[in-house]
Amino acid sequence: MKPELMKRMVKGPDGVEFEVEPMRDYYCDAPPTVQHGAYIKIVEDFFNWARSQSLWILGFGTGCGAIEMRPLMTPRFDAYRYGIQWRPTPRQANLLVISGYLSVKTLKRAIRAYEQMQNPKYVVGLGSCTINGGMYWDSYNTIKCLDQYLPVDLYITGCMPRPEALLAGFEDLKKLIRAGQAEGANQYAERFDWYKANQKQVIHDWDMPDYNW
Amino acid sequence: MQFEWIKIPYALLTLFIVVNYGMLLGAFIQKIGARVGRRRGVPIWQNYADLVKNFGLRTSITHGVMFYLGPVFRLTGGIGLLLFVPTIYGSEMFSNLSFAGDLILALYFVFFGTLGMALGAGESGHPHAAIGISRGLSQVTAAELPLALAVFSVALQYQTLSITDIVSAQQGGVLHWTLFTNPLAVAAAMLSFLGSMMRPPFDVVLAPQEIPIGPPTEYHSSYLALMQTNRAIFPVAKIVVYMNLFFGGAASWPVFFLKVFLIYMVSVFVGVAFPRFRVEQSIRWFLVWAVPLGILSILLA
Amino acid sequence: MDMRALYDRLKALYPLGELTEQRANLAFVTLPAEYLRPALLHLRDLEGYRHLVLLTAVDWLEDGLFQLTYLLCNRSRNCDIGLRVMLPREGATMASSHDIWPTAAVYQRELREMFGIDFPDSPGVDEEFILEGWNDIPPYRRDFDTLKYANDSFAQRAGRETRDPETHMKQQLYPDRD
Repeated sequence: MKPELMKRMVKGPDGVEFEVEPMRDYYCDAPPTVQHGAYIKIVEDFFNWARSQSLWILGFGTGCGAIEMRPLMTPRFDAYRYGIQWRPTPRQANLLVISGYLSVKTLKRAIRAYEQMQNPKYVVGLGSCTINGGMYWDSYNTIKCLDQYLPVDLYITGCMPRPEALLAGFEDLKKLIRAGQAEGANQYAERFDWYKANQKQVIHDWDMPDYNW
Repeated sequence: MQFEWIKIPYALLTLFIVVNYGMLLGAFIQKIGARVGRRRGVPIWQNYADLVKNFGLRTSITHGVMFYLGPVFRLTGGIGLLLFVPTIYGSEMFSNLSFAGDLILALYFVFFGTLGMALGAGESGHPHAAIGISRGLSQVTAAELPLALAVFSVALQYQTLSITDIVSAQQGGVLHWTLFTNPLAVAAAMLSFLGSMMRPPFDVVLAPQEIPIGPPTEYHSSYLALMQTNRAIFPVAKIVVYMNLFFGGAASWPVFFLKVFLIYMVSVFVGVAFPRFRVEQSIRWFLVWAVPLGILSILLA
Repeated sequence: MDMRALYDRLKALYPLGELTEQRANLAFVTLPAEYLRPALLHLRDLEGYRHLVLLTAVDWLEDGLFQLTYLLCNRSRNCDIGLRVMLPREGATMASSHDIWPTAAVYQRELREMFGIDFPDSPGVDEEFILEGWNDIPPYRRDFDTLKYANDSFAQRAGRETRDPETHMKQQLYPDRD
């Protein structure tokens, strides 16, 4: 573990000494819980409609696929007209696009970003690399099946998928959301131990809390 | 003064109209910006979907009391600004809570939301939020200076601090507007207007491409929904103040909608044509161009 | 020839190997490890090769050697020279040159992590560079079996097919030709 993550005594600028434990002080370590939707079906359907019409993508390009997301903002593809926007912070985003290969090191960051997003949240795996490793199938530091580590709602195949394929994929995701089938955050909460075990199997230096809000 | 209870539903009605107008206007402005870039842009009801989505998030986390209060303060700033200013001139129904000294109060409310936001975002503990706050406060302060000068100039000109009196002094034809009777003050105020609308070139504080989104970095779900509502109300409320002070006010809702839209378009035109300023550049710009205009207008008044 | 003249000047000072001329303005030369540092300083200060373009390694597994290549560039005359140093593979260690070019420290950190070549006294050389929590032999060594490691460490999805691109496209596009 890195020295800055160790529990230690710190002397503040006012001369007062206090104890700092970065692994506990800055995070909530309560595991995620399964969240109900609204109890009245028509309200939940209305929320689902709004969710599907307001997909806020976390701007986190994990691999080469991130280059295919940029054209979506341009006049030629203009994803904004489908209610798709990019947000710079995981707190406000509700869609995490794993764009291409995910190395073990990036997986760690992706998990943290995913866990900071609020329920309901969706994951889209983009490109062959997220499905079976793609051309990195024998690489020593990229994961091969994304759904072992994060609950994936939708895969978009291709190496790389064109922006049109992405738009089609997002439209499919909207159908899933409207049908109430995109409950990845609840799956993650239900099978939390399984996901954590898988994550810890590949991330050897696990130097973060199990659940970092 | 006798308080009349009927004012409460009237005020709520004003608020309802302004919120919806602000939401549609926001999306419409976004669409105009998109058309300039040859895009189609968001659907006109996008802001409603975003609002319901944020409200419908199932989990949310807090960082403390001020974190709760930040968006509340911000919304209070927007609503307060709207309600203490006569929205429709001459209408008993939509004059709301305006009173003799409301000009000073309006100036205060313009700043109130920003301060509340600073406290709330500061408690989130996120370094990006802190950077965003310091940028935002310095820029808003610099932009507020010419506005304050222009407002004092107008108050001197009409010898009153009541917005209703200022509006009534401007009735009787376009040439009676402050725009023509005191052009220097209006020029200074309009330059300040550019700075406070959070549109380019002065949007470095909130722009998603900069230090991630600035003060609201940590805000999500219902907090963000509150702030979005304020994003709909606040520009309109602010434009109402400008409209009343400088552009003759509005005597009916259609005139109101038209004038607010046209005044908003000033910042949009500037925004789509010019790239973004850094904070120190924008402060220098306000001090060099806007503040002297404001001082001059006071000296001449 | 430019590079040849440079080679002759260096040859008078250091025991150099053969000169490999890749292009008119790119050549490689091998020299013993202990002469590398004076040669680098000589090239930098007297011959105008001020820019360290890259520092990389090759694993000659069969010969039991690591080859380090220091590629230097002379901007004003637009020519590059590569200095090669052969190290024994077992316990490979090389003197650090971060004080000649600060950027070398980063390359040395990478070589330490990816090949296991040690550069004592190089700043931060023992810190993790790209890999986090690596628990096997350095992955760029040729005796590291990357497929076996991938199969052991990561869950593979069943049903993956591998085709030779050439034969597959031939079957797809021209099935009747042989």
